[in-house]
Amino acid sequence: MLQTAQRQSKTKKPSPPHERFLEAYRWMLLTRTLEEKLVSLYRGGLITGGVYIGKGQEAVSAACGLFLQKGDIFAPLIRDQAGRSAFGEPLLDVTRTYLGSRQGPMRGRDGNIHRGRPQQNQLAMVSHLGAMISVTVGALMAKRFKGEKDFIGLACIGEGGMQTGAFHEGMNIAAVEQVPLVIVATNNHYAYSTQNDREFACHDLVDRAIGYGFEGYSLDGTDLSACLEIIGGAVKRARAGRPPQLVVASVLRLSGHGEHDDASYVTEEIKREPFARDCLKVAEQTIADLNLVDAKTLTEWRKEAVAKVDEAIATAQKEAPPEGDKEDWCAISVRDLVDSLQ
Amino acid sequence: MSITYLEAIREAQAKLLRDDERVFIYGQDVGGTFGGAFKATKGLAKEFPGRVLNTPISEDAMVGAAIGAAIEGMRPIVEMQFADFSSIALNQILNNAGTHYWRTNVPVPITVRLPSGGTKGSGPFHSQSMESIYAHYPGLIVMTPATVEDAYTMLIEAVAIDDPVVYCEHKYLYYHLKADKLPTQGVPTGTARIAREGRDLTIVSYSAMVHEALAVAEQLAGEGFEIEVIDLRSVKPLDTNTVLASVARTGRLLCVGESFPWGGVTAEVIARAAAEGFHLLDAAPQRLNAKDTPIPYHPNLWSAHRPNAKEIARKARALLRE
Repeated sequence: MLQTAQRQSKTKKPSPPHERFLEAYRWMLLTRTLEEKLVSLYRGGLITGGVYIGKGQEAVSAACGLFLQKGDIFAPLIRDQAGRSAFGEPLLDVTRTYLGSRQGPMRGRDGNIHRGRPQQNQLAMVSHLGAMISVTVGALMAKRFKGEKDFIGLACIGEGGMQTGAFHEGMNIAAVEQVPLVIVATNNHYAYSTQNDREFACHDLVDRAIGYGFEGYSLDGTDLSACLEIIGGAVKRARAGRPPQLVVASVLRLSGHGEHDDASYVTEEIKREPFARDCLKVAEQTIADLNLVDAKTLTEWRKEAVAKVDEAIATAQKEAPPEGDKEDWCAISVRDLVDSLQ
Repeated sequence: MSITYLEAIREAQAKLLRDDERVFIYGQDVGGTFGGAFKATKGLAKEFPGRVLNTPISEDAMVGAAIGAAIEGMRPIVEMQFADFSSIALNQILNNAGTHYWRTNVPVPITVRLPSGGTKGSGPFHSQSMESIYAHYPGLIVMTPATVEDAYTMLIEAVAIDDPVVYCEHKYLYYHLKADKLPTQGVPTGTARIAREGRDLTIVSYSAMVHEALAVAEQLAGEGFEIEVIDLRSVKPLDTNTVLASVARTGRLLCVGESFPWGGVTAEVIARAAAEGFHLLDAAPQRLNAKDTPIPYHPNLWSAHRPNAKEIARKARALLRE
């Protein structure tokens, strides 16, 4: 069983970045830009429900989306905008879902991060944590039944979701079925307001890998190169037929649970931890230190991200919302079997 | 030759596996040489290698995996060892399978088989009837076959349906019920069956209670009453029209179900009959369910807990006197 304890990279000298570093950085930048806009819209009362962002988790998430290929299954969770975008989710899917456009993938029937395009292999999460692990396993079993080759699945979870019964059942059945699955668990140190000491009592969450028959890896989630290396490696191993892979990344959630939450419970002490660094700033520091891109190009990239986000928001804002009296109130696809009670 | 209700379920699965390569069976102890706690999959693992798979005791993950496989184009059948244990999978069935088409426009064609209902000595956790819970939530079809023929054709139909189906098979009927042969064609789901014609009282029922109702109808025929017995066949969709047409003929309605009394299928039938057929009723509609306690172990208690022929007859006579 492989167990790689990754170094905390706070004091390490800049080394050459991963070959996909800049590509991943641009997904992170786009995500941060998008989510800052979504937060503004929410504070301005233009988004109903909630806004849930992945600030501080973009490096882990971008790495998740980046290594998936056409035909792979992706089960993103609440803080995976970067991964969703890198996997190919159009920005319009995001803005249409948040703004309740009838033209979005969820058509106003579900909102915010509960979106997906199952037929394009991006599963639509439910709020019940851990539930999507076994769903991903089943999708991979189906691909195997159908004789497809070279596919993998990647499912995201947090340390909070790792404590559910569904997660336990899902991990166990993944190993029993020996499907090519990577689970990326991001320990952002808070399940809403609850800290790790009231979430679990094991020494390290990655130790669970061996108990399920997974191969496990730890990761400093603030270090983009490390994210790309470790998650990329896990994806490669799953694709090569190794047992299911568990990656546990350590970060601090740099936002509330949702934007309704001021996160005043986050301690000053934890904010000084190495895992509390902002992965986007760390990546930008690496870019500057190694002179990977000049300042002008970086400014261009930022402007481009803002323009894309603005366009996606403007388009969705122009679109009609769903209407109760025009809605097709039918929860099943076989019309002959709709119950007569209305 | 005769075939039991249980054998019909096995034969339906054999046919499904034979005819459709998208079908696989997933559940505890269904595979190997064992063939399920009740033998509903006996011999199928050998006949269809790799397609009848034992699972860990993980009801949530069994259904979750079936959902994922269905989204990817398969037609999984999940066997719960007992309906009671499907409570562990409620989240996947109700919140994942049941919401998926509505949310994403992608249907989830899974069939979840629930060995349901009471048998002597089975106690609180191996006797439950869960149909009312599943019918309450949107997005699911809930079948409750009462005959060997329906057990066969409705299971085949369940797998063909693009939406999630909860198929409630009654354990009491497994060995008790026999037919001469299996049908080649079934009545479509959503259409109730008039199991016995009558003009004095309508008893609406489903699953094993249909047979209790038929026994009461026979008994009361000796007292000069003609009782019409309706077998709902599926509780969702619920065939309100057949119920109302029968009440129009008889003017009296009793609805009998084996599940717990608070809410549920019988309450739904009575509510619909009262709302849509109030003018047809000559007496207040009545219903009969199990008692509002957990299901007891001892046969003496169990047979008093569920609606039995004696109780149904008492209730029917009271209604006929009104």
